[in-house]
Amino acid sequence: MANAAPTLAAPAGAADAKLHRIAFAVMAVAVALAPFAFYPVFLMKAMCFALFACAFNLLLGFGGLLSFGHAMFFGGAGYFCAHAAKVWGLTPELAILAGAGAAALVGSVTGLLAIRRQGIYFAMITLALAQMIYFFAVQAQWFTGGEDGIQGVPRGKLFGLVDLSHMPAMYSVVAVIFLGGFLLIYRIIHSPFGQVLKAIREHEPRAVSLGYDTDYYKLLAFVLSATLAGVAGATKALVFQLASLTDVHWTMSGEVVLIALLGGVGTVFGPVVGALIIVTMQDYFSQLGAGVTIAQGVVFVICVLAFRRGIVGELSRVLKRSL
Amino acid sequence: MADEYILETRSLAKEFKGFVAVNGVDLKIRRGRIHALIGPNGAGKTTVFNLLTKFLAPTRGAILYNGRDITHERPAHIARRGMVRSFQISAVFPHLTVLENVRVALQRRRGHSLDFWHSAKALDALNERARELLDSVGLSAYASTVAVELPYGRKRALEIATTLALEPEMMLLDEPTAGMTHEDVERIAALIKRVAADRTVLMVEHNLSVVADLSNHITVLARGEVIAEGDYAQVSKHPAVIQAYLGAEHG
Repeated sequence: MANAAPTLAAPAGAADAKLHRIAFAVMAVAVALAPFAFYPVFLMKAMCFALFACAFNLLLGFGGLLSFGHAMFFGGAGYFCAHAAKVWGLTPELAILAGAGAAALVGSVTGLLAIRRQGIYFAMITLALAQMIYFFAVQAQWFTGGEDGIQGVPRGKLFGLVDLSHMPAMYSVVAVIFLGGFLLIYRIIHSPFGQVLKAIREHEPRAVSLGYDTDYYKLLAFVLSATLAGVAGATKALVFQLASLTDVHWTMSGEVVLIALLGGVGTVFGPVVGALIIVTMQDYFSQLGAGVTIAQGVVFVICVLAFRRGIVGELSRVLKRSL
Repeated sequence: MADEYILETRSLAKEFKGFVAVNGVDLKIRRGRIHALIGPNGAGKTTVFNLLTKFLAPTRGAILYNGRDITHERPAHIARRGMVRSFQISAVFPHLTVLENVRVALQRRRGHSLDFWHSAKALDALNERARELLDSVGLSAYASTVAVELPYGRKRALEIATTLALEPEMMLLDEPTAGMTHEDVERIAALIKRVAADRTVLMVEHNLSVVADLSNHITVLARGEVIAEGDYAQVSKHPAVIQAYLGAEHG
């Protein structure tokens, strides 16, 4: 959309920023009202996956880096959070922080190894590292419970005060984490750092020739993405009171790619829409058994053929506004 | 002596698995000049460019910038020293607006670019300077256009504006007029002349009339070696140059 006021020409366009505020307000109201109509655990799961996908999209959509190992941060943080809550007896907020911290640490190490490569090589390195974490989770029974996972994780009392075994309290915490995480990612995308990140995505050699050490920027994006994916995974572990191998398995890394593609890579709201669709399909089609995967595959193929930019990506193209 | 020459190379060489692309090149680039690097296809011009800006690591030899050995520095570091390059294929950030393209460069000099917690509104302070730069290359009307939608010649102008934002001491232009229409070539040539008024320019260029028009000094490369040097009149009469160009065309 042509900017009418030439003196403004704000980065995202002032009109787009306003549209984003409205869309965010609608989303926040929907989050607040949805538990009256839908099953809260389903909604909490959707929010965890939405945050996970937003974190993933920060790296792929704005940094141009396709990680195929994000399950290690999501599931790894889940284990750490569950272990911290159950074995160390930490309060839920500290357990989530422990999970996020672990994801940040793993993200720093794997990021250092992976960002030196590009494209398919980057994806393969992240996949290989994630598989190492997976095998660690299988083997290290003393920490992860092996095949059984960590079950019966206590949700505990938030700040030692609010008992999260009450559904409304747990739901509120998840809602705050999701909306807060979303806002943080929005800010990152629209920060001076985000501008450089987009420039690197667009033309890395040019960014280098302008004097940017692009490795630092890519590493920071990787660590931020890993940490936020960790927050999502840790929160999910508390919601389901369970940390299991499912969340560190490579199929989880694939699932987040699918969610982001479905919603629209490089859009602000796409991952949320994608997560809602995928989680809905998994929950409402679960009576199909193995058919869920087939249904997912069909939806995915249709999406790729019909709207290559993802649902929100296509919408954004039609409206000529960034969403 | 270090003051006279801004950039020097000493027996610069690059081998790719036994193939010698650049072989013992000694360049001396005098401060404040427009220096052209010409030669037939495959002469190693772009490889020299990539070596100078450290996008490739030399196999042998040394590079001195302002008398300082920069042979082992990182490419981003060299850019921060004031030597900024362009690319053969236009290098804009396609999905950023024209204004944002220039701001990305201005932002580097401003610093604090790793601050992911600040709003990008902090960058609005750079808009005024960005507009001046766009104005200087005749792009002010396109400020909020997404760069990918610019015509080709305008993209190259945007690239120059982005490079100028860094106030480089030395600009390296890789085929600045390649693939341009006649009017665009004239516009870009005039622009290069103007920006070279207070800096050094090294350019690789195929269009010999542009070379003749702009450059004070020419180095001719063939098969990775320097075969002639001098101004256009000297170089164009040099038998080795005639042989290299005609030889390349006829056989």
